[in-house]
This record gives sequence, structure tokens and C-alpha cells, in this order.
Amino acid sequence: MANKRQITERTMHTLFFVVASASIVMLFMIMIFLFMEGIPIFNEVSVKDFIFGKYWYPTSEPPDFGILSLIVASLSVTLLSALISIPLGILTAIYIAEIASKKVGEIIKPMVELLAALPSVVIGFFGMVLVAPFLQNIFNIPTGLNLFNASLMLAFMSIPTICSLSEDAIHSVPNSLREASLALGATHLETILKVVLPASLSGISTAVILGMSRAIGETMVVLMVAGGAALIPESIFDPVRPMPASIASEMAEAPFRSAHYHALFATGIVLFIFTLLFNIIADHIAHKYKQVGEATL
Amino acid sequence: MPKVQATSSGESVTYKEICVDKPVKIEVKHLNFYYGKVQALQDNSLDFHINEVSALIGPSGCGKSTFLRCLNRMNDLISISRVEGNILLDGLDIYDPSVDVVMLRSRIGMVFQKPNPFPKTIFENVAYGLRVNGFKNKTFIEQRVEESLKLSAIWDEVKDRIHKSALELSGGQQQRVCIARALAVEPEILLMDEPCSALDPIATQKIEELIHQLKKSFTIIIVTHNMQQAARVSDITAFFYMGRLIEKGGTDTIFTRPKLKQTQDYITGRFG
Ligand SMILES: Nc1ncnc2c1ncn2[C@@H]1O[C@H](COP(=O)(O)OP(=O)(O)OP(=O)(O)O)[C@@H](O)[C@H]1O
Ligand SMILES: [Mg+2]
Repeated sequence: MANKRQITERTMHTLFFVVASASIVMLFMIMIFLFMEGIPIFNEVSVKDFIFGKYWYPTSEPPDFGILSLIVASLSVTLLSALISIPLGILTAIYIAEIASKKVGEIIKPMVELLAALPSVVIGFFGMVLVAPFLQNIFNIPTGLNLFNASLMLAFMSIPTICSLSEDAIHSVPNSLREASLALGATHLETILKVVLPASLSGISTAVILGMSRAIGETMVVLMVAGGAALIPESIFDPVRPMPASIASEMAEAPFRSAHYHALFATGIVLFIFTLLFNIIADHIAHKYKQVGEATL
Repeated sequence: MPKVQATSSGESVTYKEICVDKPVKIEVKHLNFYYGKVQALQDNSLDFHINEVSALIGPSGCGKSTFLRCLNRMNDLISISRVEGNILLDGLDIYDPSVDVVMLRSRIGMVFQKPNPFPKTIFENVAYGLRVNGFKNKTFIEQRVEESLKLSAIWDEVKDRIHKSALELSGGQQQRVCIARALAVEPEILLMDEPCSALDPIATQKIEELIHQLKKSFTIIIVTHNMQQAARVSDITAFFYMGRLIEKGGTDTIFTRPKLKQTQDYITGRFG
């Protein structure tokens, strides 16, 4: 009897272990595949020339496989979209949690969250059809499909997450801290800036990370609105070609196992390292602001 | 501004005399308070004098905290609340529309029922009030932080970890840091809502000694469930029941020969 129970127990353990391992196995398989298909390009160009090469002409004769402009495009789009989405998301969260009346907050928050429900292709459409001509007219630039437009659209994708999760974090700051601050003669604004925000910093940084991670490897939007020029941008209104856009648009026409094909996989490796680094740094920041100890009795 | 010197504890203080001739600091007149439609305080009138410790006692839910929070307009934060009647601080109505609430609150320190340190260092907790009140001088702030921590009998325990998080302290230590935080801005009045409910007897004794010290320069109002504590620290005791001030008087009188049977019953523990 006991033996049978032991066997069931052990089977269950194994079963759970297998299920839990599946995603890890998948991750490793994808990584191995990525590296196996990407590494051969380094027979054609050196790692240095690949990463720091300014020219990306994969189909010319002889081809140029330098992805610096793609890397710069990805970095600048991410950075600019963060510069837009982080303040907007956090300020909206502060407004909802601390300033707006309860009623107004309860209306605004679900509406902001609804933004997250928009498929990226719809956001791309919006950027292409509405924002691009608008930018073109207003700033009198040759094309509205550019770095700025892409950053703006990516920001739209990050804001709902940043705002919603930041609001949760701010909301969970105990009221007793606000009262303590106000009782000492602090103003409402001082209380928000010096007590409420620092107390919710861990939650807010998690919000920023999750929000940005939605934008960071995003392909569809940058494919549609970034402009697609593989050049190092000189202004925020220059068209760019971020790594995911390049991979997605060229993969179909690159002959199987050709140099171009391997170069695109190698670009994928760079993108992977890029997002991995982002996650590690982000994790580190989130941990740093975790509060130590608790106000227990 | 009153100035308090930190001195060693154990000093004997005679504090049982009631000084009705002391100047009035706060005058509460016909105070009604409502949470929405529910009336939590009913027509309470009560004076508090300078250099006097007043204890508010009464069964749980009788409105002691609500009363205390009316005095520094903390109840303003509750959107459904409503106040009627007058509270005069040095003769001026604190609910007058022209009153600067921020200014008002910086004159009235408050220690809450549960310790609520900010998730900052001990130093920054105590310095917070000074910073928001516009003090910038570094040495002055450092000095004042040290003084306040000494005054609230916590300095020796924290002086080596003053730049560590206040959340790493025990509940009782946190409460004393919170008291230091309130003292640092040198308020004229100190409101304490069951400040010792999280403390052990030794820390409680330290706080009580501190109260004797502080009353030389502050007006103190303390809410307590501990009858012995009320008897030990206060000059005046006010007994509340169901939102109403039932009886007030010199602490000795209230505890030895109360006028009303209700008060007698509560103090002797027959109800509450
Ligand atoms: N924020 C609030 N909203 C609505 N009603 C409240 C609120 N706070 C307190 N009350 C009610 O007001 C009455 C008085 O509460 P109060 O907190 O002043 O009591 P108390 O005397 O301090 O009790 P205790 O000794 O348990 O702390 C209670 O009936 C309580 O339910
Ligand atoms: Mg209370």
C-alpha cells in the first residue's frame, strides 16, 4: 500500500519536473539553433567588422555585412521611446493614484489599460496613416516614417503597462506614510515626491521594465513606421532600420544558408544579447530598490 | 519656538498638580464630527492648557482618534468627513478657510497608533520634517536629529546605524524614531495616539519619562487604553463614550472620585 503511494508520489514529481523543464529546454534549443545558424557568417566577416561595420548592403556584390546602423537604430528607438513612455506613464499613474478624485481615477485607469489591448499592427497602422503625414507636415521633413514616429508608437505600447503597474505600486503605499508626512507639515506635492514615490520605487521600476520589454524586441511597429533606411541617424527625424525590422523584412528573400541568411541570424544573436542585458540590468535595478525589512510590530 | 534640552532620564518631576491657571492653548467648542452620515463626535467642548498633559480615555470606537485627528485637521484627508463647531488654537479658528493647513500641521506634532516610519534611513526619517519645513543647514539638521533621538530615548540604540533603514528596527524602536521625528520640528503641541501600544514596559517607561520632560515646553494630548498610564502621565483626564465627552477633570479626581458612575465603571474595568 505504502509502496503504491510512493510510486504515485514519485511519478507526480517526475511529471512536474518534466513539465517545468520543457520551457528551459525550449529556450536552450532556440539558443542553440540561433547560434548554429548565425555563427557561420563570421567566416565571411570578422566579429568586429560585423558589429562596427557601417554598411549593410547584404545583396550587393560584394556584400557588406555591417550592422552598426541597425544596432544604433534599435538603441536609439528604445531610448527615445523610454524617454517618452517613462515620464508619461509614471505621471499618469501619480495623477490617477494621488491627485484625481476616486471617480475620475476609476474611469481613466481602465481606459489607459485598454491601450494595451491594441494589437501592435493596429498601432503600426495608426503611426503610418495618421502620425506620419502629420509629422511630415508639421516639421516639414521628407518622411514621417522615422525614428521619432517609431519611438512614439513604441511608447504607446509601453505606457499602459508602466502606468497601470506604477499605479498599483503607488496605491499600495500605506496611507499611514502619507499621514505621517502631512502631519509633519509637508505639502501634498512634497509627500508624493519624497515619501510616496520613493516608497513605491521597486514597484515602479518593475513597471518600467515590463512596459519597456514589450517595446524592446517589438518588430511589427518598427517594421511599419521606422522608415527602414539602414543608415546611422543624425536626427530624430531620420528614417532608421532597427534589428527586428531588418530581420523580418529580409528573411523571406535571403536564400537558405546563404551569407545573408547567416548574417540575419547573427543579427538575431545581437538582438538576443541586447534584450538579455536589458533584463539583467533591469532585474538588478528592481532588486536594488526593494525595501529591506518591514514595519512590523 | 520652545526649546527642549535632552537630559538623562530618572529625574524626579512633580507632575500631579493641576494648573487650571495655565494659559489655554487649544479650545474646542461644540465639536461635531461626521463620517458621511454617521456622527462620530457629538457636541464636545474641551480646553487644553500649555504645559499640561491631557489623557483621552474611553472604550474602543468611542471617537478618541477621531477627536485627536480633528486637532491637526488630519481628518481633512477623509473626503466624506465633515466638521462642525470651532477649534481655536491660540484663539484662532483652525478650520477658518484662511488657515494654511500645512503651517498648522507643522506646529502640531503627531505620533500615530501604529509605528509608521518612512522607508528611509533613521537619519532621514527624523530629518524629514526639518527638510520639508525649509531647514537646509547640514550641521543644524544633524544636531537636531541627534537631540531628538536622545530625547526619545533611542539614540544609544541607533547611533551606530543611523544611516541604515528605519524599517530594520523593532516595532518599539520604530515608534521611538517616530516620536523623534515628530519632536525634531519642535511643535507646540504633541498629539499621541496610543504611542505605547507597540512598546515593551521598558520602552513604555522611557516614553512616559519623556512625556514628563516634554510637557515643560509642549502641550501634550495622549490617547491611551492603559489606565495606569493615564494616571501616571496626565494632569487632566477626559473620558469619552460613544462620541461624547462624558467627564473631564484633574486626573487625580477622575481616578479617585469620579462624579459619574459611567466613568467609575470604565476606570475600574467594569465595562469597556
Ligand atoms: N475613516 C472612517 N470612516 C468611517 N468611519 C470611521 C472612520 N474612522 C473611524 N470611524 C468610526 O468612527 C468611530 C470612532 O472611531 P475612532 O477611530 O475615533 O475610535 P477610537 O476611540 O480611536 O477607538 P480605538 O480605541 O479602538 O482606537 C468608530 O465607530 C469608527 O467605526
Ligand atoms: Mg484610535
